[in-house]
Amino acid sequence: MPKFQGVDYYNSDDLLSEDEILVRNTIREFVDENVIPIIEKHYREGTFPMDLIPKMAELGLFGSTLPEKYGCAGMNNVAYGLVMQELERGDSGLRSFASVQSGLVMYPIFAFGSEEQKDNWLPQLASGKAVGCFGLTEPDFGSNPGGMITRAEKVKDGYVLNGAKMWITNGTIADIAVVWAKLNGEIKGFLVEKGTKGYTAPEMTGKHSLRSSVTSELVFQDCRIPEQNILQKSGGLKSPLMCLTQARYGIAWGTIGSAMACYDTALRYAKSRIQFDKPIAAFQMTQEKLVYMLTEITKAQLLCVRLGRLKDQNKAKFTQISLAKRNNVHHALEIARMAREILGANGILDEYPVMRHSANLESVKTYEGTHEMHTLIIGEDITGIPAFV
Amino acid sequence: MRLVACVNHVPDTETKVKIGADGKSIDRAGVNFVINPYDEFAVEECLRLKEKSGGEVIAVSLGGDPHKETLRKALAMGADKAVLLKDDSPRDSFSVARALADYLKELSPDIIFFGKQSIDSDDAAVGGMVAEMLGLPSASVVVGLELAGEKNAVAEREVEGGHEKVAVSLPAVFTAQKGLNEPRYPSLKGIMGAKGKPIEEKQPTPPQNKTEVRSMQKPHAKGAGKIVGTGAGAVSELVRMLHEEAKVI
Repeated sequence: MPKFQGVDYYNSDDLLSEDEILVRNTIREFVDENVIPIIEKHYREGTFPMDLIPKMAELGLFGSTLPEKYGCAGMNNVAYGLVMQELERGDSGLRSFASVQSGLVMYPIFAFGSEEQKDNWLPQLASGKAVGCFGLTEPDFGSNPGGMITRAEKVKDGYVLNGAKMWITNGTIADIAVVWAKLNGEIKGFLVEKGTKGYTAPEMTGKHSLRSSVTSELVFQDCRIPEQNILQKSGGLKSPLMCLTQARYGIAWGTIGSAMACYDTALRYAKSRIQFDKPIAAFQMTQEKLVYMLTEITKAQLLCVRLGRLKDQNKAKFTQISLAKRNNVHHALEIARMAREILGANGILDEYPVMRHSANLESVKTYEGTHEMHTLIIGEDITGIPAFV
Repeated sequence: MRLVACVNHVPDTETKVKIGADGKSIDRAGVNFVINPYDEFAVEECLRLKEKSGGEVIAVSLGGDPHKETLRKALAMGADKAVLLKDDSPRDSFSVARALADYLKELSPDIIFFGKQSIDSDDAAVGGMVAEMLGLPSASVVVGLELAGEKNAVAEREVEGGHEKVAVSLPAVFTAQKGLNEPRYPSLKGIMGAKGKPIEEKQPTPPQNKTEVRSMQKPHAKGAGKIVGTGAGAVSELVRMLHEEAKVI
């Protein structure tokens, strides 16, 4: 297949700096050479490509916006977003891995952790020597995480955790879990290491989506962790939500990647597939679909560059991030479905990436705040009236 | 040890080349430019030599401002310094070699690395010419290189039907062939670090072209294929045509 050349109808590359473009092109090349050739096999077999972890670490993909003293690249948010975009052009599962490691594990340790926790964990996570996961969602508490049942109890020299988490990306393969639990009624973050007595992380099976990503339950039964494993500076629901804001930002960019992969595939296919003695790209209904795809990709790109610049100035509101996550995932999924239609029966084969992206995006539309919740978050912001409590 | 990698900024291999309005150059509009792939091997080899034996790696390019993109990539991969011999005028290989040799003479590197050819005009001439102009030994189409002390090296090069090893004294010029190494990706840290590394701009010696491009033409469009027939019965006719008409067997 010819090399992916990017989609840039509005010369939005002009909005990027030389080093941001170099970051994007480097990850693009990495994904073309290391991800695209192997990802369908992993998806089919339901396995995560573990050997990509050290390669991604060597590139500096984990926690890339965090400071250099922890072994990170200290990049800006636009460059980080472009990394997410290119990874998700490969596969949403891969982007999820990097998103979780960076935004949901390294970020909370960086933001809420002690100097010892940072010095200990951040370099290990940046170098891929340790994998992390983030435990917030529970079987009965998804959109309403504040209702969580998982409890922490203060005991001599530490804490005892009891409860269960579900839908946890990387759970089974994680060396360290950032776990949210109520301590005397207040939500606090805790670090639970793999192998701690009373902690298990069985993998969830039977997924039709995100098949090349590990999804797990976390189970805590009288799980005793040492005193120093509390994220002391965390407190209340706001803390995990701050992490989710990071991850949602990455998703807003990431799904441009899946959308571009689907558009690129559909455009090439439409130009080469002949029906009624002409390429199907010659039919108005195909053109209409392709134009929709291009338009939404272009809008999403502009939305993200602007959002990234705001985030770099510490001006991005979480509601603005909700808007971008909600919009970009929705349209990426529509684009994936349309691409499948253009490819006809061929669209369901794993010879093409569209069905995989489409199935992945069904999850992405729901995780890190459902499409509906983001609607209500923005709705509350503009009307002043919360519609979900 | 001073290691120099000469790098060119060329159209991506995926480019569908269009000939410009003057009929003598390519239309650069909408063309994606990248570091010349063979020069990437050159940069990588210099970095590996530095990692093994110490020293500094300097990336040098001759061309206009867009060449900075390629120099930036070399810096992000790990080069210590970059120099742009800034000049937009059309140059043939001799003229490029002359300007590089004039600059490299004052720099006096121990090792000068080129890609074996630039994939734009495909002359595969500049490396050899620079060596000649500087009076240095050279080994081209190199797939392996071992230093033997400070002053000598053994290069393994591709020759028709096999490989040969040649010993050269340093300073020397080498041109890199695919297979020499696997170029690294610039790491994100490397890219951020490259922002702080300067690209020094220098005025190269003026063009002294020995050749002039009169015209450029695209290859003739391929004719339609011919279906000789179907089934085993068509084989003898196919063989006859391949033998007598196409003359390939």
